[in-house]
Amino acid sequence: MFPTPVQKAAPWVRHVYTIILPVALIVWLLPLIGVAITSIRPSSDLAAGNYFGMPSRFAGFENYTAVFRDSPIGWYILNSFKVTIPTVIGAVGLACLSGFALAVYKFRANLILFFLFVAGNFIPFQILMVPVRDMTLKAGLYDSISGLVLFHIAFQTGFCTLFMRNFIKSLPFALIESARVEGVSEWRIFRYIVLPLMRPAIAALSVLVFTFIWNDYFWATVLVQGQHAMPVTAGLYSLNGQWIAAWHLVSAGSIVAAMPPVLMFFLMQKHFIAGLTLGATKG
Amino acid sequence: MSSTVPATSSYWKRNQQRLAPWLFLAPGMIMFSIYVIIPIFESIWISFYDWDGLGPKTWIGVANYVELLDDEAFYTSLKNNILWLVLYLLAVPAGLAVALFLNQTVTGIRLYKSLFFFPFVISQVVVGLIFTWFYAPDFGLLSALIKTVTGESIAILADERYVTLGIIAAGLWPQIAYCMILYLTGLNNINPEQVEAARMDGAKGWSLLWNIVLPQLGPATFIAIVVTVIGALRSFDLVSIMTDGGPYGSSRVLSFYMYEQALSEYGYRMGYGAAIAVVLFMIMMVFITMFIVRMLMQERNA
Repeated sequence: MFPTPVQKAAPWVRHVYTIILPVALIVWLLPLIGVAITSIRPSSDLAAGNYFGMPSRFAGFENYTAVFRDSPIGWYILNSFKVTIPTVIGAVGLACLSGFALAVYKFRANLILFFLFVAGNFIPFQILMVPVRDMTLKAGLYDSISGLVLFHIAFQTGFCTLFMRNFIKSLPFALIESARVEGVSEWRIFRYIVLPLMRPAIAALSVLVFTFIWNDYFWATVLVQGQHAMPVTAGLYSLNGQWIAAWHLVSAGSIVAAMPPVLMFFLMQKHFIAGLTLGATKG
Repeated sequence: MSSTVPATSSYWKRNQQRLAPWLFLAPGMIMFSIYVIIPIFESIWISFYDWDGLGPKTWIGVANYVELLDDEAFYTSLKNNILWLVLYLLAVPAGLAVALFLNQTVTGIRLYKSLFFFPFVISQVVVGLIFTWFYAPDFGLLSALIKTVTGESIAILADERYVTLGIIAAGLWPQIAYCMILYLTGLNNINPEQVEAARMDGAKGWSLLWNIVLPQLGPATFIAIVVTVIGALRSFDLVSIMTDGGPYGSSRVLSFYMYEQALSEYGYRMGYGAAIAVVLFMIMMVFITMFIVRMLMQERNA
């Protein structure tokens, strides 16, 4: 193990480590802690210049109630779910199929198609912006949830295919071979042999795509204009313009907007990290 | 596998293995082509036109690109993009440092690791708002700290000298967390025997890290560099949230400037915006090509 475990080090090193660890964490999360405390501060504190001290009283309840009552943030959050969930299902579903094709079959265009998916996943969004917006407008999907979902599904298919293809490649190929010898059709091989083995990859990808899409801001501003389809990222930004200097409300709103992916991360941590690091461990 | 297979079905049976991949690929490929591959070429094509997004397009050849050559704002954005790229790469060694710091087995370390990773899970919009507050003059935590140390108050996001650095620092926060998690996984997978053997031979500290550990972390380093370079060139959210390109356009980056030209109160200049996007795309293609070549070499070796 590297570095040397502190248990093997001198006692003073161990003590210093156990003290530094929480201190480092607090420094690291200082901006976040500041926002969390501000979100439970009464507005009178901010008016009186009490920005950093202990809140004079706990006003979390009224701040968070105010955020939900006086702003459409609840609606924005609902929109974010309406965009995110279909995207996760669509992109992961498509990637299961295309990842299977690229992992299992040998044909001439295989590697070219694979690298097309990989490269497409890395390009700047701006090169797509004008044509995608134009196409969405012409299809009558501008400023709608479905317009956003369709784009997200298509774009995420790149990353998801890369992921699924590498995952299926790591499965024992003999399973598929022997099924073919038995005369099992290709579809049934996919459906009954490979798909059940893909469960961990599906879980990891779903959590990851959920976070990516929930946190998307660029496409939410390009493809949506009005409140009725606006996801929470763009919504929070427009609320920030209305809540000038009402930092207790901005903070509470930020925490509300950040909550779903954070919960997702803590509940599905193992899958999340497996998803992020699949490439890192397999080269 | 019955003997009375109809003719159509037997064509299918004979060619199943050849046709199946295309059927499996079709839905994903169609979507990906419509929304990703074809629009790239459309953008390149639009960059040769003068177009407001609604009316007719007028062919103007390379005029958009010629205009870019004389555009002060374009150079500011390009310069900021380079700054982003260089400074953002600090996330890789910083992530490694945090990972080494956390790679212990004391009680509660799992929770510590998750909490250190926290900034990456949060949306950049929220990160941007948090840091705007953090930097705010008078009541921002950082400004207060600077004031107690230097006695001067600095409005980071309103000062042309510091604004881009301030935004990049905000971006580094989640990016370091990302690199950290890549390295933590990498450290988990290194060969302990090799490390112990090197220790027996008297290697320790830096030389152990440099000669034995880092080479084994190669794949993690590669992915960390890839995601950091892409993240730096894609930076848009933080600029838009924290400064909207200001003050006086000094914190613009190419992605933001493109958006501003194509879709903002400055007018709908789709052709000019597309030209900026093409430049950004070309810069990114240099890196993408490098990644693909490396991946291709690994595929060949596998």
